[in-house]
Amino acid sequence: MADLEKQPFDFMGFRKAASVLSIVLVVASIALLGVRGLNFGMDFTGGTSVEFEYAEAPSLDDIRARLTEVGYEQFSVQNFGADTTVLIRMAEAGNDELAREVTAALSASGSELELVSSEFVGSQVGEELKVDSGLGLLIALAVVLIYVGMRFQFKFGIASVIPLAHDVLIVLGVFALFQWTFDLTVLAALLAVIGYSLNDTIVVADRIRENFRKMRVGEPWDIINQSIHETISRTINTSGTTLVVLLALYFLGGEAINNFALALIVGVVVGTYSSIYVSANMLMVMGVTREDLMVPAKEGTGEEAEEEQPPEWLNRM
Amino acid sequence: MLNKYPLWKNLVIVFALIIGFIYALPNFFPDDYAIQITGARGSTEVDQRILDRALGALESQGIEVKSSAVEERDALIRLTSSDDQLRARPAVQAALGNDYLVALNMAPSTPGWLRSLGAGPMKLGLDLRGGVHFLLEVDMETAVSQRLEALSGQIKQDMRDERIRYRGGDVQNSREIVLSFRDSESRTQAFELVRDQFNEFLLEESTDGGEFLLTLTLSEAELRSIQEYALEQNLTTIRNRVNELGVAEPLVQRQGADRIIVELPGVQDTAQAKRVLGATANLEFRMEARQDASSAETEQFSFRDTPQRTARLERDVIATGNNVANAQQAFDENGQPQVNITMDSVGGDLMNRATRNNVGRRMAVLFIEFRTEMETREVDGELKQVENRVVEKGLISLATVQSALGSSFRITGLDSIPEAAELALLLRAGALAAPMYFVQERTIGPSLGQKNIDAGMMSVALGFGLVLLYMLVYYRGFGLIANVSLTLNLMLLVACMSILSATLTLPGIAGIVLTVGMAVDANVLIFERIKEELKAGMPPQSAINAGYGRAFVSIFDANITTLLVAVILFAMGSGPVKGFAITLCIGILTSMFCGLMVSRGIVNLVYGGRRVEKLSIGGEAR
Repeated sequence: MADLEKQPFDFMGFRKAASVLSIVLVVASIALLGVRGLNFGMDFTGGTSVEFEYAEAPSLDDIRARLTEVGYEQFSVQNFGADTTVLIRMAEAGNDELAREVTAALSASGSELELVSSEFVGSQVGEELKVDSGLGLLIALAVVLIYVGMRFQFKFGIASVIPLAHDVLIVLGVFALFQWTFDLTVLAALLAVIGYSLNDTIVVADRIRENFRKMRVGEPWDIINQSIHETISRTINTSGTTLVVLLALYFLGGEAINNFALALIVGVVVGTYSSIYVSANMLMVMGVTREDLMVPAKEGTGEEAEEEQPPEWLNRM
Repeated sequence: MLNKYPLWKNLVIVFALIIGFIYALPNFFPDDYAIQITGARGSTEVDQRILDRALGALESQGIEVKSSAVEERDALIRLTSSDDQLRARPAVQAALGNDYLVALNMAPSTPGWLRSLGAGPMKLGLDLRGGVHFLLEVDMETAVSQRLEALSGQIKQDMRDERIRYRGGDVQNSREIVLSFRDSESRTQAFELVRDQFNEFLLEESTDGGEFLLTLTLSEAELRSIQEYALEQNLTTIRNRVNELGVAEPLVQRQGADRIIVELPGVQDTAQAKRVLGATANLEFRMEARQDASSAETEQFSFRDTPQRTARLERDVIATGNNVANAQQAFDENGQPQVNITMDSVGGDLMNRATRNNVGRRMAVLFIEFRTEMETREVDGELKQVENRVVEKGLISLATVQSALGSSFRITGLDSIPEAAELALLLRAGALAAPMYFVQERTIGPSLGQKNIDAGMMSVALGFGLVLLYMLVYYRGFGLIANVSLTLNLMLLVACMSILSATLTLPGIAGIVLTVGMAVDANVLIFERIKEELKAGMPPQSAINAGYGRAFVSIFDANITTLLVAVILFAMGSGPVKGFAITLCIGILTSMFCGLMVSRGIVNLVYGGRRVEKLSIGGEAR
C-alpha cells in the first residue's frame, strides 16, 4: 500500500491523463443519454407490469403468442430471477384493470400460475415524478454547493459539486449504455451516490485545507499530492467495505434491488475516483492558494478549538 | 494524556445503549398469526360474549387457539400457524355474522413489560408483508364544476325571485359563469345581487354586440377551498370504506393537493378492494308519510341498526347527502347527543321549503349503499365464497321537525354518543365529493414479501459479516473495537426506527446495508489518523487523542453534507425513496454517535489511564 513509500506517490502526475479520461467519460455519457436515452422504468413512464410464478417453467413464446391472440400489442415478456417467474410489462397506462385481464387471459390457457405482484402507474404520475426527481437532484447539488462554500471556501464548493455532477452523469451514462432499467430505486441510489461521493470529496478537501494551513512550504501541487497520499488508505478502506456490502446486496438482495445495487456500485467506484482526480484537479485548475484558506484570526482560533475538541452539543448526545 | 472519559460521559453512553437495547428487543420476538374482530359499525361493541362465540366456533373446527383477549374496541385471537389463520377467519365470520368484521392480522408478541415501556417492533412495509397499494386521484375539475352548477342554479333562482331578466348562466371553462342582459340596469341589479349574496365570485362587466355581459369568476381562494373540501371529504369517505373492508392496519393518507394513498396489508383481491373503494354511497332526506297517504306515494324502510323497526316514508326526496356541507356531533342543552348539520345553500333552500309547512312531522335520514358482501354458500357440495352486489337502504334517524329548517339544523333523539358520532361521520362521508381515478396500483403477493424479507436479511447479515471480518483483519485490536461499535450502531438504528415506528421496506433494508458500509468510514478515518500520528512519532495515548480530535472535523462535515442530501431525498421522494431516506438519516446520526462517542468510550476503557507502549491497530504501528 502507498503507506510504505517514503515519498508521496505522484497522484497529480496523472492529472492530465485523468482529466482527459473524465472529459471523455462525461462527453460519452451525455452522448449516450442523447442517442440511446435512459430505459425508464414504469415508475417514470407509466404502464402496467405483472409478475407470475408458474408451477413449472413455461415457454415465453407461448405466453407471447397467447397475449397476441387475446389482442394485446405493446408488451414484453421475460424471466425475472428464476425461470418459473415471468414478468410481463405493458406500455398501456390508461387502464387500471389490465393486470387482472392479463391474469385471466393467461390462466384461461390452463397453466398453473400465481400472481406474485402487479403494478399499474398512470402516465401522469410518471411524468410528474420525472420533473420532481430532476428538481430533487438539482436542489441536492445546490445545497451542497452552499454548505461547502460556507464551511470551506467557494472554490472548494465548486470543486465538490463538479465531481458530483460528473458522477451522476457517468452513472446515468452507464445505465444508458447497458439500457438497464432506470426506476425509482435507481433514483434513490443516485442520490445516495451523491451523498457518498460527497463524503469522500469532503474528507480529501478537509485534509487539503489542513495541510495548506500546516505546511508553510511547498507548492499547491505538493500539498494536494501530500493530502491525497495521506487519505488514500482511508479512501480505499471505506470504498472497499462499502463495495463489499454492495456486492452482497447485488448478489443476495433479490431482483427488486439489483439495479439499485448496480447504480451504487458504479457510483462508489466513480465517486472514489472523482474525489481524487476530479475534485483535486478542479482545485489545481482554479488555482487554490494558501491565501484562500488563511482564515481571519478570530475564526482561526475557533477552528483550532473545534479540531481539538468536539463541540459541546456532541458531548450531550 | 490519560484518555479517560468523565463518569457522566460513560453514563450517557451506557444509558443510550440500554435504551437502544430495550427498544430494539421487540424485533426479535416473531409476530403471532392472529385474527382480529371489530364491530362493523362504530357503535357495535366487541365484548367477552362475542369472543366466546368466536372461540366456540374455532373449537368446533378443531383450530388451536394460543391466546385471546378483548381489547378496547376489538378482540384478538392468536393462533399457532398461518394455515390455522386462513381456516379460522371464515369460521369466525360465519359464527358472528355480518355485524362484525373479521380480519387477518399479525400480532406482535412483545412481552408485557416491554409493551408497558411503549416498545414495539418495526412495522413492515407492503413490499415485505404483501398487500395492495393504491394511489387515487380526485377529479378536481368535476368537483369544481359540480359546485359551480349548484351555485349557478341558485343565482338564477335568486334573479328570478328578484325579477331580473337574464340569459345564459352556463358554466364555462369550469371556472366561470357568464350571464347576459338586455340593458345595463338589469346587469347592475344582478351585479349587486351577486356581490351581496355570493362572495365567492370575482365580477367583471363587459359588452358584446349589444349584449351586456356579467362574468362571474370563482376566486382563487374559493377554488382552493372547494378542492380542499373535495379531497378531505373523499379522504373521510375512503377511510370509512377501508374500515368496511376489514383490513388490519390499513393506511389512508393524502398526498399533495389531489391524491390519496391507500395501503391494505394482506389484501390480495384488488378487484374487491377497488369496487368497495370506488362505490358510491349516499344519503336521502325524506318526510315520514302521513297516515292517509296512498301506498303509491310511500315506501317502507327498516332501521339500519334494528331491522325489526320500520317506518313508512314519502317517495319524494327532499335533499341528498350531496347537499350536506358539514356535520358535527355535539350535545344539546340536556347533555343528549345530537348532530349539527350544515347544508350547502341549495340544500338549505330545499330543506327550508320542505319543512316550512311540516313542523311537528317527522323527517327521516335514509342511508343508501351499493356494496358487495361476501357470502359463504354451498356450491356443488363445496363451501365457497360468493360475492353479492347489494343496494342497501336503511334509516339512520327519524326525528321530529321542531321548526322550519334552514341551511343549519340538528338531528336529535339519538341513542348514544357513538351513534351520533357515526351519523355525523356518515353524513360527512356519505358520498364522494368528486369522482376518483386509480392512477397507481401495486400488488405484492405474500410469497414475494417473504422472499424479500429473506433476501434483505441475508444481504444485511452477509454484508455486515464481511465488513466485520475486513475491519478485524486490517485493524486488529482497534478493528475489534470498531466491530463492537458497529454492532451497537446497528442496534441503535433498529431501536430508533422502532421508537419512531418507521416502516421497514425493502429500500429501507438497502439503506441499512448502506449505512453499515458507510458507518465504517468514521472508524477508518479515526484509525488512519491515529496510525499517522504514531508514525509521526507521537506516544500512543496522545496519538489516540489527536486521532479522535482531528478526525472529528472531517467526520462532521462529511456526515452533515450526506445528511442534507438524505433530508432532501426524504422531502422530495415518494414511497420507496422515503423509506430509504429515513433509514439513511437515522443511520447517519447513529453512526456519528457510535463512531465518535461509543468507540472512543471503549478505547478509553481499554487503553485509558495507564502507560501503553504499543497499540494493536495493524499495519505499520510500532
